[in-house]
Amino acid sequence: MKNFGEVRAVDGVDLAIPAGSIHAMLGPNGAGKSTTVRLLATLLSPDDGSARIFGHDIVMEAEAVRARVSLTGQFASLDEDLTGWENLILISRLLGHTRSQARKRAADLLNEFGLSEAAGRQVRKYSGGMRRRLDIAASIVVTPDLMFLDEPTTGLDPSSRNQVWEMIRTIAEGGATVLLTTQYLDEADRLADGITVIDNGRVVAEGTSSELKALVGGGTFQVRLRHSKQQTVAGEILSSTLGVPIRAELDRLALSASVSDSVAVTHALADLSRSGVELADFALARPSLDEVFLALTGKPAESYARSGGDEV
Amino acid sequence: MKSYLLESKSRRTSSVLATEPRPPRPNALTASVVFGLRAVLKIKHVPQQLGDVIGVPIVFTVMFTYLFGGAIAGSTSTYLQYLLPGTLVLAVLLVTMYTGATLNSDVTQGVSDRFRTLPIWRPAFLIGGMLGDVGRYLIASGLVVGIGLLIGFRPGAGWLGIVQGLGLVLVFAFSLSWVWSSLGLVMPNPTSVMSTGFLVFFPLTFASNVYIDPATTPPWLASFIEHNPVSHLVTAVRGLMHGTGVGGDVAYVLVASAILIGVFAPLTFRLYHTRT
Repeated sequence: MKNFGEVRAVDGVDLAIPAGSIHAMLGPNGAGKSTTVRLLATLLSPDDGSARIFGHDIVMEAEAVRARVSLTGQFASLDEDLTGWENLILISRLLGHTRSQARKRAADLLNEFGLSEAAGRQVRKYSGGMRRRLDIAASIVVTPDLMFLDEPTTGLDPSSRNQVWEMIRTIAEGGATVLLTTQYLDEADRLADGITVIDNGRVVAEGTSSELKALVGGGTFQVRLRHSKQQTVAGEILSSTLGVPIRAELDRLALSASVSDSVAVTHALADLSRSGVELADFALARPSLDEVFLALTGKPAESYARSGGDEV
Repeated sequence: MKSYLLESKSRRTSSVLATEPRPPRPNALTASVVFGLRAVLKIKHVPQQLGDVIGVPIVFTVMFTYLFGGAIAGSTSTYLQYLLPGTLVLAVLLVTMYTGATLNSDVTQGVSDRFRTLPIWRPAFLIGGMLGDVGRYLIASGLVVGIGLLIGFRPGAGWLGIVQGLGLVLVFAFSLSWVWSSLGLVMPNPTSVMSTGFLVFFPLTFASNVYIDPATTPPWLASFIEHNPVSHLVTAVRGLMHGTGVGGDVAYVLVASAILIGVFAPLTFRLYHTRT
């Protein structure tokens, strides 16, 4: 139990993150994710209220907090003019390693993260993925008790994103606790053991990915028709069989409904077929975190992602 | 690169995490020196940033001597004796502005975020950067004096005078760089730091006694020049190098330096500490 990291957020909510687990703070741009992380990493002081990490106040005992956490910021916190090697040596020396310890640690990390060949190159010549990997490496020169990763994959191509995910998993498996922020539902879903959904600076939901999905209920049932003129009759059949509101899509060919009972869905399909409604396609999708988002915040995640841009 | 994923998967059992205990926290001096080495490494990788440090002193010394020498003093060699302490001040003060620009690019580009989350003595970052800057001031001032000696500068107080003059310039430059540091922490980007810097730099250095005897200017300007701290510094350096009386100018410069440091060093620390 002593390995549990407790993060008390400014709004009074406790985040108890088990050691060695990955916790995601999920929210749209401008939700306050970066602000929260920067507060907890002692880069910002709260205007009022307080926060504690591992029992240490982030303002009064900032240095004790800094001795236990590391931050990989949203924008690479690396010296672009220096080489990858020099960046790691610099951080290593500042953390108290001797020159020879620093050299060994830098070499190990560069090797582990597939950056040995690029070690002697200036960071400004690195690709986005390489930069991010070096940035994460710099955060674990000395193993932190709690590692903050602020939007670790934003702006990365799919293959680099996979590499970063793999790194984060490896780090957590090694026993470090990771708190990451993301605006990608997919990322939280795949990577995190626990998820906190935040919106407008407050926590709107907490739980595992499946717990959050359970909040929304079943899944989405969707049918595509062959003939648009059958839309009305198909809608009536689905409505009476499923007993839930039916959403008609704009193209007049698709209908969808939120369902919790998959047996009702098979009945609905049979009823449609008996009534001569021809289907081009149908699908029963498990709830996505997008739907969780919609249900929790009243707004779809997509529109958030597009409208943002001024996150602090 | 491509084999990275496979590699790391096969190595799943070995952790990338360090298992040895956290090393002891470095003391303030070690941390500052490490940041100073960072400044040296930056010069190694981006030698262009020494362009101004090397170019400006050469151009100022040579150009002003031969351009104004005949017109102002009747001969270049006479003028050089008067001008050189002034170009020394000018060149070094110009270089101090880069302290603000460099600091600004560090804090606006995110690298200082990492430094600020490390469990180290926080001002080490600023002190270390300043150590690197003092290195630049030494290069710039060494060049001015070196070129000056080559083209005929013969200070009356000899080497001791040169060393004392250089020392005074460095003290003032060091204290002035805290002003630029404060500015660097409040400005949005390095360019705005430089443009604001020039706005202060030009009137202070040109409306001074670097090039001319203030007695030749209209009374209102002469009065400004007389009270300009740069004039006091130039007069003090001339006095030290030529062995003529330095009067209260050295004391004036030392007091001014102390005040600048007393006000702007704490301000810089505070701005860095509370930066969001």
